[in-house]
Amino acid sequence: MIIQFKTSALRQTRWYEYLVRFVLGGAMTVVAGLIAARFGPVVGGLFLAFPAIFPASATLIEKHVRERKEEAGLPGARRGKEAAALDAAGAALGSFGLAAFGLIVWSMIVQSPAWALVLAAASWLAVAVLTWHVRRWL
Amino acid sequence: MLEYGLRFLAGGIAVSAFAAISDTLRPRSFAGLFGAAPSIALATLLITLSQKGAPFAAVEGRSMIVGAFALATYSWMACVLLKKFLLSSWTATMAALVIWFVVALGLSAALFQLS
Repeated sequence: MIIQFKTSALRQTRWYEYLVRFVLGGAMTVVAGLIAARFGPVVGGLFLAFPAIFPASATLIEKHVRERKEEAGLPGARRGKEAAALDAAGAALGSFGLAAFGLIVWSMIVQSPAWALVLAAASWLAVAVLTWHVRRWL
Repeated sequence: MLEYGLRFLAGGIAVSAFAAISDTLRPRSFAGLFGAAPSIALATLLITLSQKGAPFAAVEGRSMIVGAFALATYSWMACVLLKKFLLSSWTATMAALVIWFVVALGLSAALFQLS
């Protein structure tokens, strides 16, 4: 299957939907900082992998797909849910990349903070994409 | 106060950027990989490094591995609730949050004492 970029999809998202993501993302980052300050890095670190904007994102996906299908005169409710389910399946695979990110940070950040973050981000992408391909082959 | 203002700004920008990339990608399951992007982690760790130092960030990274497995379980559960039980996205993803808390806190307590 070919991976595609569809920049036209950006036009489907309304300005307030971008705003919701920005505010939720910002708020969750503040909350993660407050939790780490109050309960320490062991508990705080867990919230770096908290699905903060996932409910909002999945709801948007379902809404956009449903609207598109209904505009075409097709029943869209089930297709919307299936699209959100596919997105969730992708996030489950991407989580292995996130674990790789944490592993690199844990093992390298004391020795070389800047390189640890760069390598951790690259590892996230590499492991996530590899896991997605492996899942497709199985 | 300034620290938390910076966190809000950095987190908002990082989350919005990864979400916008995800919007443009197809197939949908590939775009979903970005639902587990390290957006909050990158924003947080950059500020944590300057405020609390690298050893604090390293412990956060170790806990993040556990959080990531909780996220995998959460996402899988949300997928099942959407596909098999046909719940709305909002209901499915909010209900599955219970799983995230159970796995994250349970595994943490089992592997390293919560402190």
